[in-house]
Amino acid sequence: MTATTDWDPSKPILEIENLSISFFTRLREIPAVMDFSCTVMPGEAMGLVGESGCGKSTVALAVMRYLGKNGRITGGSIRFKGRDLTTMDDEALRQIRGSGIAMIYQEPMASLNPAMRIGAQLAEVPMIHEGIGREAAWKLARQIVADVRLPDPDRILKAYPHQLSGGQQQRIVIAMALMSKPALLILDEPTTALDVTVEAGIVDLVKDLGHKYGTSILFISHNLGLILEVCDRLCVMYSGEAVETGAVARVFDRMRHPYTQALFRSIPLPGADKNTHPLVSIPGNFPLPHERPPGCNFGPRCAYFQAGRCDAQEVPMVLLPGGDRHETRCLRSAEIDWDKPPVAARAVARTPVGEVVLKMTDLRKYYEVSGGLFGGSLKKVVKANETLSFEARAGETLAIVGESGCGKSTFAKVLMGLETATSGRIMLFDQDIQDIPIEKRGTDTVSSVQMVFQNPFDTLNPSMTVGRQIIRALEIFGEGANDAERRDRMLELLDLVKLPRAFADRMPRQLSGGQKQRVGIARAFAGGAKIVVADEPVSALDVSVQAAVTDLLMEIQRKNRTTLLFISHDLSIVRYLSDRVMVMYLGHVVELGTTDQVFSPPYHPYTEALLSAVPIADTRVTKKRIVLEGDIPSAMNPPPGCPFQTRCRWKSQVPGNLCETVMPPIRLLAGDHQIKCHLSDDVLAGMEPVIRIAAQ
Amino acid sequence: MLAFLIRRVLTMVLTALCLTFVVFYLTNLPPNLEKLAKSEASTRMSDADVASWIERNGFGRPMLLRYGEWLGVVPGWTRTEDGVTRGRCIEAGQDPAAAPLRCGVLQGDWGFSTVFKQPVSQIIAERLSATGLLMLWVMIVMVPTSLLIGVLSGMREGSRLDRGLSIFSIASTATPEYVSGVVLIALFASTTTGISPWLAEQGWISGKTLFLGTATSALDSGITFWNFGLPVMTIALYGIGYIARMTRASMTEVMTAQYIRTARLKGVSFGMVVMKHALRNALIAPFTVIMLQFPWLLNGVVIVETLFNYKGFGWTLVQAAGNNDIELLLACSVVAVFVVLMTQLISDIGYVFLNPRIRVS
Repeated sequence: MTATTDWDPSKPILEIENLSISFFTRLREIPAVMDFSCTVMPGEAMGLVGESGCGKSTVALAVMRYLGKNGRITGGSIRFKGRDLTTMDDEALRQIRGSGIAMIYQEPMASLNPAMRIGAQLAEVPMIHEGIGREAAWKLARQIVADVRLPDPDRILKAYPHQLSGGQQQRIVIAMALMSKPALLILDEPTTALDVTVEAGIVDLVKDLGHKYGTSILFISHNLGLILEVCDRLCVMYSGEAVETGAVARVFDRMRHPYTQALFRSIPLPGADKNTHPLVSIPGNFPLPHERPPGCNFGPRCAYFQAGRCDAQEVPMVLLPGGDRHETRCLRSAEIDWDKPPVAARAVARTPVGEVVLKMTDLRKYYEVSGGLFGGSLKKVVKANETLSFEARAGETLAIVGESGCGKSTFAKVLMGLETATSGRIMLFDQDIQDIPIEKRGTDTVSSVQMVFQNPFDTLNPSMTVGRQIIRALEIFGEGANDAERRDRMLELLDLVKLPRAFADRMPRQLSGGQKQRVGIARAFAGGAKIVVADEPVSALDVSVQAAVTDLLMEIQRKNRTTLLFISHDLSIVRYLSDRVMVMYLGHVVELGTTDQVFSPPYHPYTEALLSAVPIADTRVTKKRIVLEGDIPSAMNPPPGCPFQTRCRWKSQVPGNLCETVMPPIRLLAGDHQIKCHLSDDVLAGMEPVIRIAAQ
Repeated sequence: MLAFLIRRVLTMVLTALCLTFVVFYLTNLPPNLEKLAKSEASTRMSDADVASWIERNGFGRPMLLRYGEWLGVVPGWTRTEDGVTRGRCIEAGQDPAAAPLRCGVLQGDWGFSTVFKQPVSQIIAERLSATGLLMLWVMIVMVPTSLLIGVLSGMREGSRLDRGLSIFSIASTATPEYVSGVVLIALFASTTTGISPWLAEQGWISGKTLFLGTATSALDSGITFWNFGLPVMTIALYGIGYIARMTRASMTEVMTAQYIRTARLKGVSFGMVVMKHALRNALIAPFTVIMLQFPWLLNGVVIVETLFNYKGFGWTLVQAAGNNDIELLLACSVVAVFVVLMTQLISDIGYVFLNPRIRVS
């Protein structure tokens, strides 16, 4: 298409120079990206990292010249194969979109047309750009669908998007992007909405296809681990600016910008531990686009800030010595001792674990679903939880890990009393609560089992002040004799979650995500909760805030000796903060043990795959690559025998067809380590660790 | 699909039974029957005479039994007086032995209209086809126009085109038919006001007016632009605004969807995005609204048919209600119920075809 220009393959595919983008509202101009430069060479994978609101997606959409009505490029240039995109007219742009540059999006379901067959959506691309016929286009579509490793391409081409799983949908979006063999592929958080094991498959696919077709990649993500796996170079963004750019390995090992360093110190890497090596969170908040500080944007949150210098002038990008196009936007990059370990936050003693407060025995929860929209006599049973048994002790953190659909949220609902158990027992202290729905539970029971929710944005009443919401919880729990007492108690709770007392009179919309989650935590602890179920409490928050909220939870737990049931799919954070880990798959507990037991061999085959799938942002770590085939089976018709047998790579090690026919019993290994697997002791003992950390 | 259809038809029958019983009960309340007796026999009857007339003509039997007679599941009443046997199913001069046992809706006997002195089934068939013709033309004008307006204004939200079309559609749907009808007549169908005199002066129209203010002639001498334009326009105008607003809302929502961005960034041109990607998704919501227009039209035509003196279903309904014509009124309501339920069924099935995410099982 663009053969008319004098571009040759030794020059960059994409060259962004001093790009500035603003959004115009009625009130003011809001600069979203300032002075952004980056270069992508042919075949290179460039990563764009940063927290939400830093402008990374805006850059991607600017490359596509799709900024909406309010967005405008106010300066700089974007050159694709030597041609400036910023001055191109609509028709020329249309020819580049989809054929020269293709994009893959965050939510696969939303980015596919629900009323068009997959095949038609795929075939459209070459029909527009290469003018080939319908027949040929469908044939090409079939070939590409096979290329993205989807089973049964013919069926998939005829399917509608809603008939595919999330992972399959994302593969289709990738296939769509590859239909015209683009020179540049932009991936905007392509795996954020997917489970880790699915994510691992997608990442593998993107890397392979990148090599196969020689496509350059612009990979946008907030996940440093993913960037390490996919990219050759990266560019760290903060508040609309690129702050550091260079080769991935070099930036990871020898970062030269305080923000990059702070980011790495706030994510749980192997070796971090809540007691001895706590995470260091970045103080303060992300500046709003129209309230950026003078000088260095990161200045107010930076540990190396020098007043009168860092805030006195605009900070330019400087090339660092040592070559390899490593640049940083820091005035003090040469002065700072980058290898100095972080100021060790107080190491705390391990909290001793107390008596058993919660005991579940053979808990089952089945749902009945009627067949289809218009009723019908066929009732299907969804087995959301099967024979769940465990104990939780005072002051302990028990992590519950598993992918979506594994039954971890159902378990939380049953414990909270939002659902009642089908069978089995839940003992809370000395009381059976499995059959008591929440409206029949006493105030004591309700206030002693509380929950912190995943999405702090939806769980606060938008029309009630923060203080009022906490007081409301206190009223319900019967705390305090009168309003004045409750108000005092509310202020204490704000102190506990480290929010300024002035926040009591604020509305939820005036708070950031991390602050909202703190309010959620204050509310959960209002009645002196003994057991707190934290359902992915930090997954909706930015990386730099996650550490602070996690630490807060830990601190309150230490103080109150609370039992924390930490539901998460993020194994890094689980390893960091939990004492014991319970791994769930399709409603079954497949492994239960202390954190060390679960994270080192012998593993349950599913745990092994899960560990391997988690991206780790550390160049010293080498991982064994285990990619699970297929999707999680439906809980409506689980496979016979072992629930994991359809995807297990160890199945051949079990004699006979034991895995397909017999549900494995719970086996007790050394030190109360439970595994639900048929593998013999020898095989289990022979397992190798998935994660190895190279000696320093 | 078949099971779904059977289930739907069964519920339809049940609904129809309930609704017709309600109408039957209301039209057969004692005061109505007294009025009927007086209008059929003599206005100056004494109360005792009225009671005996009601009794003699089979109106005195229990309500449920009479409903059964009307339906045709219960044998019609017979009465032998002075050696002459009369009955519900025995026509004048017919041998009682040869008359059928039951005669009701199920047997195709809808009764006899007291106003028009004709069998009800014949009246309904005639009037309904007249209204059907009107509805057909209204739909032909209204649906494409309103969809076009809705799609055009929804595809670029906030544009000048959108604002202009929105003003038009809000104004048109905010004007009731009896207002717009009168205004339209004054504008287009008067020899003294509006644009007709001017047009005639210019020699652009052959007649005296652009449109005819009454549609009576459409039934006798065939439909022309001249005699049918105004009633169709009056009804369509109101519906256009409504459907256009619905379509616009649905279209603007679809245009902000991520899959539209996907299509744009695939290199699909704007026109093609609207036609291929947005249209089908945007039509899912207004489709239900359009189907709901059918029952609304059936009843909405009452005003317009009266205004333009078009002897259709609505006009008949008014006559039946005004003259206490029980059997005709019942038949009208059965037809209305049937139309409503049928359009619901069609709309549900059509929805399945438009929206692949909904499956009938």
